[in-house]
Amino acid sequence: MNRVYVPKDSTAQSLGADEVAAAFSAQGFEVIRTGSRGLFWLEPLVEIETAAGRFGYGPVGAADVEGLIAADIENAGSHPLAIGLIEEHPYLKSQQRLTFKRMGVVDPASLSDYLAHGGYAGLRAALSMTGGEIVQTVTDSGLRGRGGAAFPTGIKWKTVLDQAVTEKYVTCNADEGDSGTFADRLIMEGDPFTLIEGMTIAGIAVGATQGFIYCRVEYPESIAALRIAIAAAKAGGYLGADVCGSGKRFELDVRVAAGAYVCGEETSMLQSIEGKRGEVRVRPPLPAIEGLFGKPTIVNNVMSLASVPVILEKGAAHYRDFGMGRSRGTIALQLAGNLKRGGLVERAFGVTLREILYDYGGGSASGRPIKAVQVGGPLGAYVPESQFDTPLDYEAFAAIGALVGHGGIVAFDDTADMAALARYAFEFCAYESCGKCTPCRIGSTRGANVIDNLLAGNQPERQKALLGELCETLLHGSLCGLGGMTPFPVQSAMKHFPDEFEPRKRH
Amino acid sequence: MTSVDTAELQAVEAAIARHGHEPGPLIVVLHAVQDALGYIPEHSVRRIAEALNLSRAEVHGVVTFYHYFRTHKPGVRTVQICRAEACQARGCQALERHAREKLGIDFHETTADGATSLEMVFCMGNCATGPAIRIDGRLYSHVTPERFDALLAHQEDAQ
Repeated sequence: MNRVYVPKDSTAQSLGADEVAAAFSAQGFEVIRTGSRGLFWLEPLVEIETAAGRFGYGPVGAADVEGLIAADIENAGSHPLAIGLIEEHPYLKSQQRLTFKRMGVVDPASLSDYLAHGGYAGLRAALSMTGGEIVQTVTDSGLRGRGGAAFPTGIKWKTVLDQAVTEKYVTCNADEGDSGTFADRLIMEGDPFTLIEGMTIAGIAVGATQGFIYCRVEYPESIAALRIAIAAAKAGGYLGADVCGSGKRFELDVRVAAGAYVCGEETSMLQSIEGKRGEVRVRPPLPAIEGLFGKPTIVNNVMSLASVPVILEKGAAHYRDFGMGRSRGTIALQLAGNLKRGGLVERAFGVTLREILYDYGGGSASGRPIKAVQVGGPLGAYVPESQFDTPLDYEAFAAIGALVGHGGIVAFDDTADMAALARYAFEFCAYESCGKCTPCRIGSTRGANVIDNLLAGNQPERQKALLGELCETLLHGSLCGLGGMTPFPVQSAMKHFPDEFEPRKRH
Repeated sequence: MTSVDTAELQAVEAAIARHGHEPGPLIVVLHAVQDALGYIPEHSVRRIAEALNLSRAEVHGVVTFYHYFRTHKPGVRTVQICRAEACQARGCQALERHAREKLGIDFHETTADGATSLEMVFCMGNCATGPAIRIDGRLYSHVTPERFDALLAHQEDAQ
């Protein structure tokens, strides 16, 4: 059979997957480059097809290849790096992969592989429905914006649908700038057709004929994979003037960002796609009414759009039956930072942080106790060990003053300096502020100064009071989430680790 | 006018010709210029403004707003170090210090011999296997100070 699957995902590449692929090629193997399953501690993870399913070996280095071939890898021979049937691996088997069902399985450059694995079933279903019916299905599924704001996706689409304007846009926010997040990247590199299909469904639903994917420049592999997939979808009749013979037009282009975190904010992103400085716009008007080039525009995160095909394929109820409370469906959690088994876990809402950190993550990579985790990116709160039993649910997290955000979970061990991390939050905000509103532009720099003064013992009680007031000003006076949420990591660190915000003796 | 300038002018004209007609083209054009030249020369600002019917202030404003765009020629190779939280949780501060000392430059600077530019980035989506760096196009995981030295030395050998 002579065929092996080796990920082309950028984390796998950073661990030597290209060299492994080349070594197998040199030995006469047919190498299929897939996305990553998201079990990063096993990357590069090499798989071979067996009658019972794909059998994995990992982490494989180029130097291991000869030994693997000698151990009869083609027939799933035993070897110290053998993992077993990969889909039976507990990390994967216990997940509920809806959005990520094809991740690591398909060749992201192959439209025929996508079709062979159930791709475009959602679009086919959508093409037999009216725009209103598609929007209703998305609303009924309970899908909420996975970028972090958790606004109901269907409601947003309905607003765009209701605008009696012929020129409308679908934009995908792929400016995944939050540290500790890589779910969007995995989709774009590993299963880009799912995102393209979701955007096409969105366009057909609301009557938009042009879509843009705004992708980070820090993700060159994603940009390349998207461009290949878009060209293939166009050639296959799934994009263009006549989508699947329906007579409906939908065009799609990639726009490359330029390294500004604030462009992950939706109005700032629209400014950037228009070729302008990424300064936040004042809302209202909402982008759904006056968005890109002043026209009604859907702005959705990669994960939201990539969840649409399965909703249309299997129906709203199937998706809604996963989850808890008002958080329906699944969430892609990204295990990052100081964890033994980092990677991607897609589970129904309701799984607790503790299960994620220990059952999946295996505890800290350093072997030291986990002190705190930051959930939801650099603007997310630090959650201490005493709150690890909180279920991953938008409302449950809001109740403890934290946020789920885009699902990134960054673990820190007990060597973490919480005051330094709080200071870093301000420093980051200052570096990335678009400068349009004063609380964010000035407050961020002042915040870092105040923490410096506090730790230096310069009137510490006054500095603490000042810090509290400054955070309130940022929270309520900023135009967007960058300034408005920077207090979350700062205040949570102060609240849960007050001892670390005391004057320090100079060393 | 030197031949380098001619090559630069041609790259700018090519970027305008290829992308100037797209909706909201400025950032697309700037990317094309930087892809070709490694930076956005000051003289190109006037030409891009003129071609896209924008003011020089508008073009300058966009070039300087975005961290990615450079207005000075970079070194032969560019090393990007991730400074974001997930890499901090795996020890990137020690790597940052080491890299600055080793190269004798700060972030956003180029070594005196023009060999290496050092940039900081906030997240490359490689958050489970940090500290992460990128040397030109290539991403690396688990970069300890020792590994950093080895990667740079290996690159020098290859050149």
